[in-house]
Amino acid sequence: MTDIAPRPQPEGPTPLFGAYGIVKRFGDFKANDGIDLEIRAGEIHALLGENGAGKSTLMKILYGLLEPTEGVVTHRGDIVRLGNPEAARALGIGMVFQHFSLCENLTVAENIALVMPKSLSGRDLKARIAEVGTTYGLHLDPDRPVWSLSAGERQRIEITRCLLQDPSLVILDEPTSVLTPGEAELLFTVLERLRDEGRALLYISHRLDEVRRLCSRATILRGGKVVGACDPRQESARSLAAMMVGAQVGEVKPATGAAPGRPRLVLNGLTLPAPGLHGTALHALTLTVSGGEIVGIAGIAGNGQAELFDALSGEALAPQAGMVVFDGGDAGRLGITARRRRGAGFVPEERNGHGAAPTLSLSDNAILSRHATAGLSRFGFLRGAAAKRLAQTVIAAFDVRKAGPDPAAGTLSGGNLQKFLVGREILAEPGILVVNQPTWGVDALAAAHIRQALLDLAGRGAAVLVISQDLDELFEIAGRIAVLHDGTLSKAIPAGETSRESVGLLMGGSQTPPPASATVTAGPAHAH
Amino acid sequence: MRIDLSPRANRSPAMDALSPVLAFAVAVAIGGIVVAAMGRSPAAAFVTYFVAPLSEVWSLQEVALKAAPLALIATGLAFCFRANIWNIGAEGQFVVGGLFGGWIGVATHGMTGNTLWVLPLMLVVGTLAGMIYALIPGLLKVWLGVSEILTSLMLVYVAELLLDYMARGPLRDPAGFNFPQSVTFDDAARLPYLMEGDTLHAGVVVALAAVVIATLVLARTLFGFTVRVVGASPRAARFAGFSDARLTLAVFAVSGGAAGLAGIAEVAGKIGQLQPSISPGYGFTAIIVAFLGRLSPVGILVAALVIALTTIGGEGAQIDLKLPLDLTRAFQGLLLALVLGADALSRYRVRFVPGVTT
Repeated sequence: MTDIAPRPQPEGPTPLFGAYGIVKRFGDFKANDGIDLEIRAGEIHALLGENGAGKSTLMKILYGLLEPTEGVVTHRGDIVRLGNPEAARALGIGMVFQHFSLCENLTVAENIALVMPKSLSGRDLKARIAEVGTTYGLHLDPDRPVWSLSAGERQRIEITRCLLQDPSLVILDEPTSVLTPGEAELLFTVLERLRDEGRALLYISHRLDEVRRLCSRATILRGGKVVGACDPRQESARSLAAMMVGAQVGEVKPATGAAPGRPRLVLNGLTLPAPGLHGTALHALTLTVSGGEIVGIAGIAGNGQAELFDALSGEALAPQAGMVVFDGGDAGRLGITARRRRGAGFVPEERNGHGAAPTLSLSDNAILSRHATAGLSRFGFLRGAAAKRLAQTVIAAFDVRKAGPDPAAGTLSGGNLQKFLVGREILAEPGILVVNQPTWGVDALAAAHIRQALLDLAGRGAAVLVISQDLDELFEIAGRIAVLHDGTLSKAIPAGETSRESVGLLMGGSQTPPPASATVTAGPAHAH
Repeated sequence: MRIDLSPRANRSPAMDALSPVLAFAVAVAIGGIVVAAMGRSPAAAFVTYFVAPLSEVWSLQEVALKAAPLALIATGLAFCFRANIWNIGAEGQFVVGGLFGGWIGVATHGMTGNTLWVLPLMLVVGTLAGMIYALIPGLLKVWLGVSEILTSLMLVYVAELLLDYMARGPLRDPAGFNFPQSVTFDDAARLPYLMEGDTLHAGVVVALAAVVIATLVLARTLFGFTVRVVGASPRAARFAGFSDARLTLAVFAVSGGAAGLAGIAEVAGKIGQLQPSISPGYGFTAIIVAFLGRLSPVGILVAALVIALTTIGGEGAQIDLKLPLDLTRAFQGLLLALVLGADALSRYRVRFVPGVTT
């Protein structure tokens, strides 16, 4: 690791893109405070930092979404003005967003056409999509509407969309956060190929192992400033994390001495037809989660995770009440409020718009899932003061950082909103907690906090079911791991008796490559 | 060239409050130019439209009488629109409320003895009639997924024709020289006047009460919370355990009930009998009022007063300046467009992105 001050660049070829003295103010707040960054052709450059360190702001400046208050951006040594994304794209800058900017009602091809030149359309475009798909292993059915796709599939659109424009610099914001190890490997191959083609890549990730494996240079941001630069291949994941947070990141400690308790959450052959044309049917899922343990469900997005979550939460009802059993009582036909009254808590994958209503305040969002179980309404009237107190308790207990006393949920960063949503459920002391992708897009410190909270909850005797694509996470916290693939669930195996490799194989449907468009036509034929 | 709308990070509350005022000022300026182009004095038109109605007691009362049904209907509609449910048929619910409530007034004509129950019964029946009538599109939407926009709108014409038939046929005053209207209601079937000798009746109080109650319900009750969440984020509402179907029916019932109550209040208040037509389009104008008031009950009250003012002022302008009624309508439409536009400008920053055509 080098010293903290911004360093003079070693003499070398003119950088492909440079950003010098970048300052971005939002009112009194400096999101970026004098940042220098140089990106050279043919390198994968990591941008590291906690949520709120200023990474997103810097990325948005480079992509023309924000204009810097001070400072300049150069392209091959010439000062350029990136007034809007078109200007950035014209200079060959492409971006793969963490939060997808896709129109739900349009198809894959239409979403891609939106950002492509007009000349390329219709069949040509579909041919190009297929071409990129086969070249890079990004399989997509161009005619499927986006609303029917999982997060993982949506990301493939973003990447394809970016690659179709033949960029010289690709900015990737947390690109592997929804991918399986196999898919991530595939992506790395793509990225390495792009690098070898002489393109530059700016790689933002919280997964330090990936950064160490992939990137040859890293710039570390903290509090809007560059606090270090290094060759990540020479560093350990812990030393990188320490630079990011300016402190040591504690290991997550499993709760000790929790003897496996009685079965609290039981699935008895849970079978559900696919909720829509593009949904995944669930086939006879059987699982028991006992008090005091965390069971992990591994799997690639789109293999029934959303459907399983809905069936557990009561947003989708099981055909028979006995298919879902909470604490010995049939719960399959109960709605979500009744299940909460039975002592269950739920944290969905999508924070904005599912777990929280982004335009409502945090205290309103406390009411959202706790109105029936925390005494927040009486005789149909809300108890606003109690809701505010509950929100404040969650904020304090889970270190939720925010602006203002009771801001709209949508104004929080991903990690902080997730801490709020997990905290909202955990403080209810649920006997059963179901969490879908607990730390997707959450920074290292917040992720550790959330995982520790889940472990502690299990330690207090709750049954915790974690649905996640992040195998590192599952092996870190889960006692047993099952794999959900194409709507079927494998047997839950103790984490100590299996390996990432064998779980990874199951996630991909044993030896075969991950299913892409295959799910559309497969499955039992229904008469229409 | 392309126009980009990007959300403003820091919205100033002063700007939020000021934007409808600015929109009104711009609407008045444009209206002045149009009046000048028609060869009349804009100053005189301004006085006739906006000052004269406020300067005399009788015209102030007229403004209040016009504003009351608008505010009452629009307050009910706010529940629908906030939950992204589109009841366009308040006009029909208003008419049905007036018809069935008024029927009681016709049936009890000439009744002797204790008649204290007549008026409350009329109000209840009118409200229920509007509610039930609104539940038709509600149930069709919930059961069969039929677009409530079409069904609620089409039911307006059914209601209007039904009233027309009843007023000319079965409920016509047999001693009324074949005039197409019912008997005049007895006093027991009329809303009391607020003050002796005035035109202002208790319907105004009902509208004010509705605004207060709706404000409380939206801000302080679980039902109001449900409405807000469903409108803001339907999936989050399901996660909260709120049922789409139940909420759809509830907001149709609320808006239909409010429109029905406004209908019977108009019949039992201002009109005093059943006629083939009892509404100058209150149910449709209320849609404008609801959005002018940004779907908040207090805002709706202000918007109802402004629209009522321009309507009364427009009648004055017809008489004094020979300006057509269409000008008033155009002005009201202009005002809505400008308020919505100003709202968008206070919420979003507009950037003109040159060069690229999409």
